[in-house]
Amino acid sequence: MSLFLLNVLLALAWAALSGSFQPLDLLFGFALGYLVLWLVLHKNRPRYFRQIPLLLGLLLYFLADVLRANFRMAVTILSPRMKLRPAVVAVPLILKSETATILLANMLTLTPGTLSLDISGDRQTLYIHTVWLDDLEAFRRQVVEGYEKRLKELLEP
Amino acid sequence: MLSEILVMALMLAGAFFMFLAGIGMMRMPDLFLRMSSTAKAGTLGAGLLLLAAAIHFGDFAITTRVLAIIVFLMLTAPVAAHMIGRAAYFDGVPLWKGTVRDDLRGHYRASTHALETDSIPEEDRLPDEAGFEVRKPDLDR
Repeated sequence: MSLFLLNVLLALAWAALSGSFQPLDLLFGFALGYLVLWLVLHKNRPRYFRQIPLLLGLLLYFLADVLRANFRMAVTILSPRMKLRPAVVAVPLILKSETATILLANMLTLTPGTLSLDISGDRQTLYIHTVWLDDLEAFRRQVVEGYEKRLKELLEP
Repeated sequence: MLSEILVMALMLAGAFFMFLAGIGMMRMPDLFLRMSSTAKAGTLGAGLLLLAAAIHFGDFAITTRVLAIIVFLMLTAPVAAHMIGRAAYFDGVPLWKGTVRDDLRGHYRASTHALETDSIPEEDRLPDEAGFEVRKPDLDR
């Protein structure tokens, strides 16, 4: 976390020195700062350097999922006979931290077609309402492999 | 010129998703499906419209505010959807009869309102109106 702050400070310093606080300059400054930190801390690289690529990967995966599901939702809503196979599915929850759990639940809800309904009191199971249950095992695998594993790697050492 | 086209495309896309959410609201057969079509389409539509505004003005102060609004929308909308969905299920709002699976059934303890991973004994379950086959089919007409 402190490395992330340092990286942000480096980005701000870059923007201040180049005299322009446009988003693109800040992004470029962040990338430069990341590279500098990566070079300076070459002996024993902290977890931070794995987290940034993981975060980008998760965001890309999430964005692709949202776009795909939005398209499918549009097709479903506009087709004369809506093809629905709704279901409430219990998915095993492998995440321990609260941040990761709430991120998972929020990301699933933001993806069209899935809605996280509740989490069991012992934090073992997440109940998700889905609009299209094509294949139960595939759906569970998609949640666990696609989101939970990534979040676990990102947030839980 | 280019940014104008981008702004127009974003606004159109945002309005289109809002429109879809509205149609979904009318057509979907039960509460959970309606929530599915509105909670996120609203977020996405509002996000795209806000993004269009940010690009149109190209002002740092406006861009930061737009980003803040989008972040707060994405943080709060799912929480609201989750609370409404949970409360509805708990209160026995019927699932559509075409629902193929309900793993939540028999997992709420009626006396404590706790949700448990193991199945709850029959006498402490929620009343059965939370089950299937309550509402008349809307789609098969």
